[in-house]
Amino acid sequence: MMRLTEDQIAARLAADIPDSAYVNLGIGLPNRVAQHVPEGREVFYQTENGLLGVGPAPLPGQEDPELIDASKKLVTTLPGAAFFDQAESFAIMRGGHLNIAVLGAYQVAQNGDLANWATLDDKHPPAVGGAMDLVAGVPQILVIMRHTDRAGEPKLLERCTYPLTGAGVVNRVYTDLGVFAVTPDGFRVVELAAGNSLDEVQAETGARLLA
Amino acid sequence: MIDKRVPDLSAAVAPIHDGAAVMIGGFGSSGIPMGLIHALLDRGARGLTVISNNAGAGEVGISALLREGLVSKVVCSYPRTPGSIWFERRYEAGEVELEVVPQGTLAERIRAAGAGLGGFLTPTAYGTLLAEGKETRVIDGIGYVLEPPLPADFALVRGEAGDRWGNVRYHATARNFNPVMAMAARHTIAEVRTLSDTPLDPHSVVTPGIFVHAIVEHGERP
Repeated sequence: MMRLTEDQIAARLAADIPDSAYVNLGIGLPNRVAQHVPEGREVFYQTENGLLGVGPAPLPGQEDPELIDASKKLVTTLPGAAFFDQAESFAIMRGGHLNIAVLGAYQVAQNGDLANWATLDDKHPPAVGGAMDLVAGVPQILVIMRHTDRAGEPKLLERCTYPLTGAGVVNRVYTDLGVFAVTPDGFRVVELAAGNSLDEVQAETGARLLA
Repeated sequence: MIDKRVPDLSAAVAPIHDGAAVMIGGFGSSGIPMGLIHALLDRGARGLTVISNNAGAGEVGISALLREGLVSKVVCSYPRTPGSIWFERRYEAGEVELEVVPQGTLAERIRAAGAGLGGFLTPTAYGTLLAEGKETRVIDGIGYVLEPPLPADFALVRGEAGDRWGNVRYHATARNFNPVMAMAARHTIAEVRTLSDTPLDPHSVVTPGIFVHAIVEHGERP
């Protein structure tokens, strides 16, 4: 199988973010999307701990320990940025003011159900953060993830087996094997990573793929 | 005369009693009232309910309160940060109770308590495990969960600057939960990097002094 690298998946997703969009990026792989937005587009990122207009990492010597993003990484501000408290930050998210949220996932179902906060493992405490607020309020939910989990099990499924973050909320899924849109009929293939056939990708998917 | 200044951190946390519900501001490493938390650690109040976004990391702050066995319950959105070793140990051993609340619901429940509201309807968590057993409503085709206000006995908050009237302003993303928590506690204690004798510029005040009961200077940044 030909698999895209994580940066290639992030770049593919970034190509779909239009100019002037207000976007929230989740922790981990979603966070990398910011590095790949095509030249000439002004995209404003919100970080839920209280900043709209997140800039790149600071230069050495210019770090501010109280200027961080949701991943707890040091960041900077862009011209036009604003700080706000948690209640206002989640009003931005829940109130439908953002255009796009990019999230990671354990599982996505063909009806758009998303599971990304808890597994069935009781030993580890569940951690939800802002994921449920984002899926409740942001009109476009884009998922970026590996096509299969570490054990090689499919993550695109007919139904999620893990507890849901939200029901019927995902619009598109970007993986190392392609781009998949959630439609009323199930997952539709938008494109496959170069070099793979539909049958090969179908074999690693737990739901029927529509051409 | 209004003067909310207290001489030091230990005097500031002296009213915190065993079994208190304590809100602690901060997100990740920023905006944490580290001086007040460590004064509370020295005081040794037990059976605390800690309300905060995270459950601490390493050997400092909330993580140290957990290490010393002072915390019986944690209400938070994201306990599983890298380095949250003491929360994980106490949780696995069944020594601490956990209530996971979506981050925006946590902020709004705290705000509702401060604003005198009896709760609110939110679409967040509708149809998920975190809404089980809760009252729901469907309005114009959208499902909502009824969430109650979340008050506390004490709030520990961290600001950049303050004055004797209790006004606080914040720096960058250190604001986070601090302003809503300041509103929601019976007794709010603010730690500020600089405490001035002259009033803050009213335009710059984010937490009006009416929400703050005690204010203390702690120059060290976490």
